Amino acid sequence: MDDNITMRVTRWRPDKSSPPGPAEYEVPLRKEWTVLDGLNHIKDQLDQTLAFRWSCRMGICGSCGMNVNGEPRLSCGAFLSDYAPGPVDVEPLANFPIVRDLVIDMSDFMEKLPQVKPWIIRDDDVTAVDGEYLQTPEELDAYKQFSMCINCMLCYAACPVYGLDPDFIGPAAIALAERYDLDSRDGGARERLDVLIEHEGVWGCTFVGECTRVCPKHVDPAAAIQRYKVKAATQSVKAFLLPRGRR
Amino acid sequence: MTKRRVEPLVWLMFSGGGVAAAVLLPVLVFLFAFAVPLGWVTVDYDHLRAVTGNPLTVLVLLGVFVVLLVHSAHRFRYTVYDGLQVKRKTLVAVLCYGAAAVGSFVALRVLLSV
Amino acid sequence: MSTYAPYRRPLSTWWWLRKRSYFLFVMRELSSIFVAWFVVFLLVMITAVGRGRSSYETFLDFASSPAVVVINVVAAAFLVLHVVTWFALTPQAMVIQVGGRRVPGAAILASQYVGLAVVSAFVVWLVTR
Repeated sequence: MDDNITMRVTRWRPDKSSPPGPAEYEVPLRKEWTVLDGLNHIKDQLDQTLAFRWSCRMGICGSCGMNVNGEPRLSCGAFLSDYAPGPVDVEPLANFPIVRDLVIDMSDFMEKLPQVKPWIIRDDDVTAVDGEYLQTPEELDAYKQFSMCINCMLCYAACPVYGLDPDFIGPAAIALAERYDLDSRDGGARERLDVLIEHEGVWGCTFVGECTRVCPKHVDPAAAIQRYKVKAATQSVKAFLLPRGRR
Repeated sequence: MTKRRVEPLVWLMFSGGGVAAAVLLPVLVFLFAFAVPLGWVTVDYDHLRAVTGNPLTVLVLLGVFVVLLVHSAHRFRYTVYDGLQVKRKTLVAVLCYGAAAVGSFVALRVLLSV
Repeated sequence: MSTYAPYRRPLSTWWWLRKRSYFLFVMRELSSIFVAWFVVFLLVMITAVGRGRSSYETFLDFASSPAVVVINVVAAAFLVLHVVTWFALTPQAMVIQVGGRRVPGAAILASQYVGLAVVSAFVVWLVTR
């Protein structure tokens, strides 16, 4: 194919005084090429100074999140031909500070994720020597959808609440808390609820639903958050009605 | 023991108000904002007064109006945060829920006066 | 080697006009104003009912005046937006299991409309009998 497509890619260097702005690159419009292929072409052939994150190039590592024509996408999952004749705007993932070019600072998410304790919590002393945990297919189905999260943070880029209030713990963190709460092997729901019942926990969410719409792995974080609100409300009613603390 | 927080209970009232607004408010609006004033449906005044004054109706309507007001206040509060990016968040919350409280008190007075 | 501060992009006050889904979301949230309006409207009506027949007639004149009808039409449109979006979102927010099987979202959606119809029919009967 002789066709090209223009990619307008945000460039920014922290040691220069100018704000982030687009640079245009002509990239071959190959049928099977994704935005990521286009970026790699730019870096290989046109401008080796371009910085961007990527790894698996097949939608499972979660590294290549960026805003393509205003939508949070995995660049490895957005086909250039879908944007023909172009131009295609490629910007750093929204709602995160820019480190350089398309690379964003994800330390806020990295601090928030451990707050929900996304691991199996048990109060017994079972170890691997005692044998494996048993789980039926039905028990797996209860949390499987929420376990599909690849931590790509597209949901944070889509969420207007997170954009407006960086204290909000965010969709992926809550979805992962729910994933563990629903896991039959886990007993840590109380500890996670203590974190998420705070104002920066689930209550900032106004159920916009954009997080679910942009999720490349169909995790449905919005559903997890609303279910968590119901859970928190149920527990709160019990706490007020049974003040002497029957768990 | 679960931490005691008021947000979950406010959210519960917000949800109840949302259900009331979706399930009960439409027919009330259809009847009293359109059908009766515009003459599509005739309602006997004495019968309407009797129904409105009935203690059960008073109880139900009071509960409905309170959750509707909390629903509005809660939603509007977050709209002000997200839409106007207001920094004085506590003030907005106090004004919103305060208005709902005033409205609830007025509703109580009105319903008891029929 | 020195570290540089990352660049924080400001969020425009008009962020909600950028995408259709954001715009519909804000419209849905603004329906709260009109829910509150209808509460006030109904309380005015109930006050009028309580004060006697002529008060009630005055209220009906008020409610049928063009300005009020226009306001109520606009408000009713927002109320419809609330109903439709609220019913559509409930299946996502609740997992209901009957006999070990998850109730499909379509069933939850439909049952809410049935509930609306039943409540509406009851109120119409109650008021017009």
